[in-house]
Amino acid sequence: MKKLRDGLPLLPFLAVVVIFLIIPTVTVIGSAFFDDGQFSLARIQALFSSTALAALWKSVLLSGSTALIGAVLGAVLAWLIVSSPPTSMVRRAVISLCSVLAQFGGVALAFAFLATVGLNGVLTLWVQQVFGWNLAGSGWLYSLTGLILVYTYFQIPLMVIVFVPALEGLRDQWREAAVSLGASTWSYWREVAVPLLTPAFLGSALLLFANAFAAYATAAALVSQGSPIVPLLIRSALTSEVVLGQSGFAYALALEMIVVVAAVMVAYNALVRRTARWLR
Amino acid sequence: MRRNTLGGRIFRGVLWVAFGLFFLFPLYAMADFSTRNLIAGGRTLRAWQNLIADDALYSAIVISLLLAVFTVVAMLLILVPTMIWVRLRTPWAKGFVEFLCLLPLTIPALVIVVGLRNVYLWVTYFLGESALTLTFVYVVLVLPFAYRAIDAALASIDLKTLAEAARSLGAGWSTTILRVVVPNIWSGILSAAFISIAVVLGEFTIASLSGYQTLQVQIVQIGKTDGPTSVAASLAVLLFGFVLLLVLSLVTRGRRRATVENVVQPGAAA
Repeated sequence: MKKLRDGLPLLPFLAVVVIFLIIPTVTVIGSAFFDDGQFSLARIQALFSSTALAALWKSVLLSGSTALIGAVLGAVLAWLIVSSPPTSMVRRAVISLCSVLAQFGGVALAFAFLATVGLNGVLTLWVQQVFGWNLAGSGWLYSLTGLILVYTYFQIPLMVIVFVPALEGLRDQWREAAVSLGASTWSYWREVAVPLLTPAFLGSALLLFANAFAAYATAAALVSQGSPIVPLLIRSALTSEVVLGQSGFAYALALEMIVVVAAVMVAYNALVRRTARWLR
Repeated sequence: MRRNTLGGRIFRGVLWVAFGLFFLFPLYAMADFSTRNLIAGGRTLRAWQNLIADDALYSAIVISLLLAVFTVVAMLLILVPTMIWVRLRTPWAKGFVEFLCLLPLTIPALVIVVGLRNVYLWVTYFLGESALTLTFVYVVLVLPFAYRAIDAALASIDLKTLAEAARSLGAGWSTTILRVVVPNIWSGILSAAFISIAVVLGEFTIASLSGYQTLQVQIVQIGKTDGPTSVAASLAVLLFGFVLLLVLSLVTRGRRRATVENVVQPGAAA
């Protein structure tokens, strides 16, 4: 009883989380299976239509490729950052910039690339003047290729943020121990650092995949028409009331997103637990 | 991990330049693009003046700033007392509260907005149709970051002793929290506030799909006809966020768990 009474001050917090996070999520899961209170698999079935499958495939392609590119390049940049002194202003500035681009950029990143390689983009005009090529030709920026380019602009910084703590977990003593036992720098990286970092690297890559899969703002700002990927298909299902039952389709697509992201996060957690063993 | 050979240094230098170009050139391009005079040639600040002169954009900026303030206040009012209470009186709930706070990292904003329709029918029924009602969802969105920032600050003080001392001197719970604990976790509160502001000013998904005209929604809207103005507003938001986080990294220096990169981690388990 005392335990319950002590728990009362937690109620405002619980109320906000339940109403604005738990209920929406449960609504999505429930409405994907229930149509007007009637159990039905029709909405789930719509996920296997050719439109939905094509969007899923493109989403996986986009998330997979940008996760791979982001993880590799981000790990290199993280290594560059970690090997500079921790208090330096450059390092603070780089980490702050990475945080902004990775977590709070959204729409702005789409406009950054429109200003760079769009029709009247700065780089487009330069290249036109100097080489006479049309860099923006055929509107590739608004297609999957363009999305891949713009997504790497937030995936690499995200990898930096995720991977810097793992790199900092590598103790200097381990390298000293390896070197004093006769290892070269190369063999230290191959025999000690890389095996230690592999779970963290793979885990981070999974996180990047989930991040790209669920990202909406950048793609929505860049691609105003058509819906090549799952988040944009959800947009058109939500906004077009013309076709009957479209909002039901949005529930099913959102459920698909929950399932994909949850599966990836479970794998991520398993990998993080392996890293945590030596990071702490 | 430091390499001091000449080859190593050149290699690192080349990498820094390559990354620098990739990340800074688009930002430079935004500055260039937004000050270009497309009609007469040369430079103009028209796009930047539009941030205030364009009525729709200006009112969207005001709404987003108000939302940021409301979200910060609501988040602090809900989260700070809860976290202090959990540490002092209900330690059995700590894992549960942490789980709930980090949950928004695993549930995409897009999913929340799809399921939000019924909830918002009630919210607008009670509070009226206003973009400021987004405050509630935004509090949920900023929870993970705010939780980590405040948790790191709370972990670095001896909360139990402070609270017991205050209570035994006759302070009530509100005095204890406001006049004793809060001044001691000031840096954590500042982190939480700054990061929440950055989140709210950058939020597009929920606002646009709920049909509210916030800054980001307006940026996209204007972008269809007036590219330079949208680019100027985008760059302004990015720079503002950058300055916020840079100041934060200076404020939280020396505290390992409270660094910017630790607070903005996207992974729930990290």
